[in-house]
This record gives sequence, structure tokens and C-alpha cells, in this order.
Amino acid sequence: MFQKMPELLNGVFVTFHVSVLAMLIGVVIAILLAITKMNNSKPFCYVATVWVEIARNTPALFQIYMAYFGLGALGIHLSPYVAVLSALVFINAGYLTETFRGGFSSIPDTQFRASRSLGMSSVQAYRYIILPQMLRRIYHPMTNQFVWSILMSSLGILVGMSELSGTTQKLQSQSFRTLEFFIVAAVLYFVLTKLVLFGASLLSRRLFKGDIG
Amino acid sequence: MNSLFTPLSWSDTGYILTGVWNTVTISVVAIVIGTLLGILVGFLRAESNRFVNVLLGGILDVFRSVPLIIQLILFSTFVGAIGHPLGPFVAGSIVLSIYTMAFMTEVFRGGFEGVSQSLQTAARSLGMTYWQTVYHIRFPIGLRAVLPSWLGVALSVIKDSALVSVIGYMELLRTSEQLISRTQQPLMILIGVGLFYFIISYPLSYYGRRLERKMAL
Amino acid sequence: MISVQNVHKSFGDLEVLKGVSLDVPNGEVVSVIGGSGSGKSTLLYCINAIESINSGRILVDDVDVHSKSTNKDKLRQKLGMVFQQFNAFPHMSVLENAALAPRIVKKMSREEAIEIAKKELEHVGLGDKFDVYPTRMSGGQQQRLAIARALAMKPDFMLLDEVTSALDPELVGEVLDTLRLLAEEGMTMICVTHEMGFARDVSDRVAYFHQGVIAEIGDAKQVIGDPQNPLTQKFLSKVL
Repeated sequence: MFQKMPELLNGVFVTFHVSVLAMLIGVVIAILLAITKMNNSKPFCYVATVWVEIARNTPALFQIYMAYFGLGALGIHLSPYVAVLSALVFINAGYLTETFRGGFSSIPDTQFRASRSLGMSSVQAYRYIILPQMLRRIYHPMTNQFVWSILMSSLGILVGMSELSGTTQKLQSQSFRTLEFFIVAAVLYFVLTKLVLFGASLLSRRLFKGDIG
Repeated sequence: MNSLFTPLSWSDTGYILTGVWNTVTISVVAIVIGTLLGILVGFLRAESNRFVNVLLGGILDVFRSVPLIIQLILFSTFVGAIGHPLGPFVAGSIVLSIYTMAFMTEVFRGGFEGVSQSLQTAARSLGMTYWQTVYHIRFPIGLRAVLPSWLGVALSVIKDSALVSVIGYMELLRTSEQLISRTQQPLMILIGVGLFYFIISYPLSYYGRRLERKMAL
Repeated sequence: MISVQNVHKSFGDLEVLKGVSLDVPNGEVVSVIGGSGSGKSTLLYCINAIESINSGRILVDDVDVHSKSTNKDKLRQKLGMVFQQFNAFPHMSVLENAALAPRIVKKMSREEAIEIAKKELEHVGLGDKFDVYPTRMSGGQQQRLAIARALAMKPDFMLLDEVTSALDPELVGEVLDTLRLLAEEGMTMICVTHEMGFARDVSDRVAYFHQGVIAEIGDAKQVIGDPQNPLTQKFLSKVL
């Protein structure tokens, strides 16, 4: 068991970086989708809405199968890693779009007007007043989405990806000590999510000094 | 058509419907049990002292911090190790219900804690007992307030129920997997599956968002 | 009769009531005035057994409120209480708000409870609001609902804790009129209030609270109009 630890930790690493990537790309796309939806520019707005609704209303496993088997049928063969990554990106972008929209609309117009009345330009108003407040409101949902990505990347086990779950699967099938290996994997997931949450709360304390949630 | 792979035909409908039925069944079971336990434990957490609260919170946290698929594999391996006394449906229901409960508990705890103390004091000042206040004031107000969040968890359980396929439960995704390997028509079948989830989930999530907006006013 | 006898009450290190004594015979209306934090609201909470006391005694019709053997739920049926926040039950209509306690606490039949609730709601001028939900009403109407809800329990005493403090100025009048009506009908009341006009005109006696003790108590018109204690004079000169 313990001599397999490096392999498991490598699995943890793959889990972590597929989640980080899925989050980063997801955030960028979500910002674009949110802006599109808020501008209400017709054809793009529909695309954004369809994206968001499919991402929110179908299972993650379905997305992964679509990316892996579905696209495969069209002749687009993705590696397990890319298939899982693109499914997670798709879903993260969908959920975060709504998070960003909600965060943005939760800042009252009066904040913008008050900033302008102090002589700020509209860019300054966004930069110093609107965005910092928005970041506070979306920080917590974003952290949750990140944790969710880590947990859902475990579905990589079903398409043969060698993240933590997939690695565990491979190791246990060589040794037949299923229970032990998966318990270790469970502990590693638990520790990983706790570390992420801990890191996020440290970061939030630095970012948002002494204020309301 | 005497090949290994046969295309999708009308006779497969029954098979798919079984999958649909099984997905609905296990989701409903998990949501009902998870909700009832969630109300109970959520209330306990809202009311209990610090020690019990931290203990309960810590235990439930494990179920929320370990991927569902790992929980399913662990439990079914365990069931196998003690000689398969439970079928995949029961095993899957147990895991999914506890998983649901872990999320529901937090939803309901928030709801119960959100009921203002002064409202409860007012009820007590009318001569209502502690339990009367819980039953007539705290439960109805707390439960109503969390309806949108409850719906959110319920929807994610319906989607997560797809994972029970890994322990051999014949829910929708699993039946379609088998159809895919027979027909080699993954795209069409998968789109059908996606559509099914979407048709169940979209109206509910739309309703949930409207409800949330209405309640925010 | 409510009899408060040398009551002491602390929250942690902070002593809020430092030996308060007050007798309120049946039919009397006593207003309690004083600055914020003087302990006047705490006194009401102690009378209603919502807060415990550290020493002294409170008797309501000769029943020791804080004795272990006293059934506090039963006792509270005698003591109607209205709060600064209106505390209407938001998930129930006006009628259900007023009928709930008679039904579940006094175990009346549904019809009986509704009849009493209707009567008390008409009493406070909400006869046309039975099926409305409280969140759709003004603060003044919600506060009158709270009064009717308390009255539906047929209490012998009413404890009123700054019932007009959370109201918009134009809504204060309707609530005070309701209380005036109750006073005329002979209800025994202890009103913690900031409305000096109300205290002077409606109550029989006024007690001035200062730092956890009653600094002055006497005839309402005399205490408000011609206070004897310099502390009372100072307080009144600030609020009048």
C-alpha cells in the first residue's frame, strides 16, 4: 500500500490540476457568457442561455460521456483527460455565469451613481467600487464550485483517466485490496478539499480585510 | 442484420423506460429519506450545544467532501465483502440518501436558524410550549424559507443518481450504456438521455429561480 | 395583581435590575419611562418569565413567576405581551394569527377560536383584514394585530414593550388609540413607552427608571408635569 503512495499522490496532483484548469477556463468563459447575457445581444444571448441551461440541467457524467463517447462518434477523439476537462469547463462556465450575473445585479445602482457623483469615471467606478464588492459576493460560490470540480473530476475513473480515482482503480485491480485503496482515496479527497477551503479562507482574509461577508 | 451490433429499435423502448423508471425511483427515495433525515438532523444542529453540533457537522462534512462515486464504490465493496446481503438498488439508495441528507441538513439548519428569536419569544409569550412553537412557527417558516435551496439540492440528487450505475444499478445512464455498446450509436442515445434529464430538471430549476426571486422581494 | 419585589437581574457582569419593587393592582395602568438601557424592558421580560431573575420575587395573582413549580406556559396565558417588533407570524393570515394560540394553547375548537379572534380583531379595528397576510399590512396594522392576538387569549394583564418605537410617526396614533381603548375598558397594563403624552394622559401612575432602579414613581400627571427627582427632571427636559 505505502509503496503505491507516490502513484496515488500523482493522482492527487492530476485531480488538482484538472480542477484548477477547469476552473480557470470556466471563469473566463463564464465572464464572456455573463456579459453576453446581460447585454442581451440577440443571437449570442441564446447561445449563452442554451449553454447555461444544458450545463445546469444535465448530469456531469452525461457531459463526460458526451465529450468522450459522443464526440468520438463524430470522429473527434479526445483523451480521457481532455474529455473530463472539457466537461468540467462546460459545467463550471454554466454555473459561474449565473453566479457572476447574480453577483453583479446584487450591487445596487446607487453605488455606481454615488461613485460617479464623486467625480469617478465609469471605468474607475467599476474598478474601485463595483468589482471589489462583486468579488466579495461571488468568492464563496466560486470556492464551492472549485470544490465541486475536484469531487466531480473523480468521474474520470469511468473513462480511464489517471486522476486520483482512476489511479486508485488501477492500483486496486492489481492488488485486489479494493476497500483499502478506496479508503485511502477518500481520505486524500477529504484532505485535498479541506486544504483548498483552508487556502481559500486564508486568501479571502487577505483580500477582504475586516468587513461583512 | 446478423452482425454483432444491431441498431436501435422500438423494442428497446421498454428497456429504456425501465432505466427511466429506475432513475426516478432511486432519486425519489433518496430525496424523501434525505429530506426527512435532513430536517431532523438540521433541527438538531440548530438546537444542540456546541459539542454535538461540531461532532454532527464533522461527520456530515465527510459525506460532502468525498466524491459520491468513491462512497458508492466503498459501500458496494463493503457489501460484497460481507456476502452481498443488499442488492444494488438498496445499496445505492442508502448511499444516495445519506449523501442527500448531508446537504439537506445544512439547508434546513440554515432555515431553522433564520427564524427570528423575537418571533419565537412572541409565540412563547402567548403561552405556547417549546414544541408548539417549533411545530407551528419554526417549522413552517423555516421550511418555507429554504424551499428554493431544497429544490436545488433535490435537482442535483436527480443528476447525481446517474452515478449509481457504477455499482450495477440499472438506471437510465447504465441502460443506455448497454444500448450503446450493442448499437454503437452513442451520439443519438446520449442525446436522448441528456434530453430526459433536461426535461425533468429544467422546469423545476426554472420554477426554483422564480420562487427565489419572489421570496427575495 | 402584579407584585414585583426587590428584583435583581444581571446579564453576565452587567446588572440591569438593581432591586426593583412595583405593585400594580388590577385595573391600573402603569407607564414605565426612562432612557435606553435603564432596564425597563427587561422588567417586562422578567414578569413574563422570558428572562430569569437573580433574586427577589415576582408574583402574578399570588403565583410566584420564577418558582420551579410554576407552569410558565400556563402563567403566560394570563399575561398578554406586545413587543417593539410586531412579530406577526408571516406564514398565517391575520385571522389565523389571532386564532392560533386560543386553539392550540387553550384547546378551543376551531370555530370558537375563530369567533374570539374575529371579535378581538374587530376590537382593534382590523375587522376588514381577516384574510390578509401581515406582510401586506402597515406597521400600525401589524402592531394592532399583535395586540388583538394577545387579547384573544383573554389575558388578565397586558405587558407592552415600546410598542410604538418601531412605527413611522404617522402610524403611532392608531396604536395608542387602541391602547387608550383598552385602558378605558379597565385592562391592567404595564407600558414601557417613550410617548410622554400617552403616559401622562392614559396611565394612572408613571415610573421613571434610571440605571436599573425606579428613581421616581407616582401619579402620572404629577411625575410628567411636576417631577420631584432631579434625575426625572433632567430626563424629561431632554425628551419633552
